[in-house]
Amino acid sequence: MISTFAYELSYWQQTVLRVVGGLVAVLLPAGSFVYLYLFKMMSFMQSRLGPMEAGPYGSLQLLAEVGKFAQKEDLIPERADRMVFKLAPYVVLVSTFLMVIVLPAGPDMLMSNFDVGIYLALAVSSISVIGILMAGWSSANKYSLLGSLRATGQLIAYELPLVLAVVGVVIQAETLNLQGIVFAQAEGDIFGWGGIGNPFIFTQFIGFALFMVAIQAELTQPPFDMPVAESELVTGYLTEYSGMRFLMFFIGEFATAGVFSAMAAVLFLGGWYVPGIDPNSDWFNLLGPAVLFGKMMLVSFFIFWFRISYPRLREDQLQRLAWKVLIPIALVNIVATAVLKVVF
Amino acid sequence: MAMPGMIKGLGVTMKTMVRTITQGADTVQYPNVKEEPTPRARGVIALHEENCTSCMLCARECPDWCIYIEGHKYLAPPRREGGKPRQKNALDRFDIDYSLCMYCGICVEVCPFEALFWTPEYEYSEPKIADLLHDKAKLGQWMETVPDFEDYEAGSEAKKLTVPK
Amino acid sequence: MDPTQSQQLAYIAGQAADARVNVELETDEGMVLNLGPQHPATHGTLRIVAKLDGELVIKAEPIMGYMHRGYEKLTEVRTYPQVTALINRIDWLGNFANEVPFILAAERLMDVEAPPRAQHIRTILFELSRISNIALFLGDMAVQLGAVTPVFLAFRDREHVLNQIEAVTGGRFHPNFDRIGGIKDDLPAGWIEETHAVMVKMRKFCDEIEDLVLGNEIFQARTRGIGVIPADVGLEYGLSGANIRASGVDWDLRRDNPVGLAWDKVDWKVWTHPDGDSFARYWVRLQETREATKIVDQLLDTMPAGPIMAKVPRIIKVPAGEAYIATENPLGEMGYYLVSQGELTPFRVKIRSASFSNMSIAPWVLQGTYVPDVVTILASLYFILGDIDR
Repeated sequence: MISTFAYELSYWQQTVLRVVGGLVAVLLPAGSFVYLYLFKMMSFMQSRLGPMEAGPYGSLQLLAEVGKFAQKEDLIPERADRMVFKLAPYVVLVSTFLMVIVLPAGPDMLMSNFDVGIYLALAVSSISVIGILMAGWSSANKYSLLGSLRATGQLIAYELPLVLAVVGVVIQAETLNLQGIVFAQAEGDIFGWGGIGNPFIFTQFIGFALFMVAIQAELTQPPFDMPVAESELVTGYLTEYSGMRFLMFFIGEFATAGVFSAMAAVLFLGGWYVPGIDPNSDWFNLLGPAVLFGKMMLVSFFIFWFRISYPRLREDQLQRLAWKVLIPIALVNIVATAVLKVVF
Repeated sequence: MAMPGMIKGLGVTMKTMVRTITQGADTVQYPNVKEEPTPRARGVIALHEENCTSCMLCARECPDWCIYIEGHKYLAPPRREGGKPRQKNALDRFDIDYSLCMYCGICVEVCPFEALFWTPEYEYSEPKIADLLHDKAKLGQWMETVPDFEDYEAGSEAKKLTVPK
Repeated sequence: MDPTQSQQLAYIAGQAADARVNVELETDEGMVLNLGPQHPATHGTLRIVAKLDGELVIKAEPIMGYMHRGYEKLTEVRTYPQVTALINRIDWLGNFANEVPFILAAERLMDVEAPPRAQHIRTILFELSRISNIALFLGDMAVQLGAVTPVFLAFRDREHVLNQIEAVTGGRFHPNFDRIGGIKDDLPAGWIEETHAVMVKMRKFCDEIEDLVLGNEIFQARTRGIGVIPADVGLEYGLSGANIRASGVDWDLRRDNPVGLAWDKVDWKVWTHPDGDSFARYWVRLQETREATKIVDQLLDTMPAGPIMAKVPRIIKVPAGEAYIATENPLGEMGYYLVSQGELTPFRVKIRSASFSNMSIAPWVLQGTYVPDVVTILASLYFILGDIDR
């Protein structure tokens, strides 16, 4: 973008642009998910209308909620470990922001063209486990402790299907670079027909299914929300958090949902590419973010649909599902992909 | 790996969502839209003062003792010339405290002179609890909102009463 | 003793009772977790003190009484119409069903029988209360398990039933409609037609719940084999209602203990399930709701004409005597033991509430389960705090 529009931006200007871009990339999905899916779609599925008062059709409800949270008292339990308690939300947010670095939104719209992009993204996403453990343990509350211990077990268990599902894509794209994966889908063909490129969802449908299940578990959404089991543990590891700190966890959860959905769109649905336009053209620098946003909304529609419809699995059933069902399927998928890659 | 049960569950939520978007929700946006309760709904009690003789039955039977009645006797002129003056009750004070009332309806039921009636009005909340004590004048105003008694179903032998206007 | 001294002693006694529970549990191995009086999982202020080993429950003890309102003492100083108005609030979701056993006990002592139309309407309202109560259970157990949607569907469809109850009695939750000798008022015109339509909606709701919750594999994984109560253990602990029918015992007071209401005039079936687990309890209640809609439909079609009130004196004074009447309430078996000495007020009313006996099995069934299963089992036993504590 910088060289295209014949603009020479200095380093600090680029940095500002990157920071703003990162914030937008994190907060915009969070806000739109919260409004569109949590407030509205959930309400429609429950035969009611959701918030309608704040702004037209309740669109400013999230701002009202932010205002409400901002003016709340900052409570820290007496026996809580103060520094760890305060640090925990930031640790969870850091992992989300770091994942955005490697997410491509256009041929040149990315913060860093990392050659091991997907590896970095997956590695960084597991930092949130530490944040959740810190939150639960430092709260001096038995419910929070139970919640965070469950979360640790669950998140670590579901890291493996997440990573293994992606290995199939990497084999097919022959690169770990996320931009390279998008180009591989854009310039590939299905049995010789290059009309819509080669979105990996057609060949990697098992990987896609595994990835979706693993995202649902990584985000601790129902049916995998044992850590935040509202009817047992009040709010699990978040019980003692109120006001702005809770808002940070809340926004972090939805921002992570956005980033993971965008990752799924990049890996399986073709990222910022739409068929018909040359992938190297500059139009994609303007069109790409919008396309990626649209695909992200599509993927997260399914995440929230499952969240609204299903009860939750018990902890040992979760673990059994991950270790005994999902990982063997993922391994079989890798072997099949490797064999078929060599054959075709 | 077919999971038909889970897919059917997704179908139910999707169907509900489509129905809410196309046909509207099952909730109404109060206070822009107000639903009408049924005519027999127990909203608030109205007093028809002409019928009341201060017999105190309602105040005695109320489980919460939320009705306060004060009356005095006075001598009314005789009906005919040269007759005895008649002793009658006059109602000084008839208050119902709605902060205590549990809307059981015993007072309306035991009144032998049909002076108390139910109305489905429910929007009378006040910022101060003391304002929930409705005095004689306010209870008389509620009489305007009393609906007529409904007809009964076929096969009923109950007689329909009329509301005095 | 002056009041302050007796108050002090009562306070110390309460602390000592609390301490017994705490000390007893703290001295053994394991972590004590209070699924305390304020908790989203318990239907009200119930406290379960559980001793955990990780997530396994070693011992669990329910502590009831946080919502005790002194009903049995209250009835000693209230006249019969006032008692009828009060006892609506014991099981606040099964609205009309609370009044019926008490009124029937008083009628038995007075040797009065309500006319057939009154019995018919009583049965219809009883079954409507059952439908509204169990519909809430169907949504509520799903929400305890994590599915947030069914409870909204349950509330949405329950509104229709409550509107019908309101159209007859004037009150959605506390009808106060039963009187000694009959019922208070007759049905308004058009009610039978509307109630038929509402029953169609409730059957559709049952089908939706079956698709959304019962058929869901996750729900089945969470409830099958959880909290198995064998039939003999259940009978020993005094379980009643759908809980015992889900363990295979074919016992329904509507059929086995006729008290004069109109159940023997319609064709209906008692549902049982051979497993005794939480899934069976949910399943039995779902079928019972469907059966109740069919009962109401048949009753509406065969409504006899006639008066709704027998000849009773204006001021009710029940003759001296004792009577116990129990009926199949939505929660289980509810009975009133009425002792009268010929006064305006009862002398003593003992309320046998279903949930109190259902909760007594909690220590036995919660042992050796996981914390999530505790919630599942308590939700499937379905108690209402007002019914436990009175």
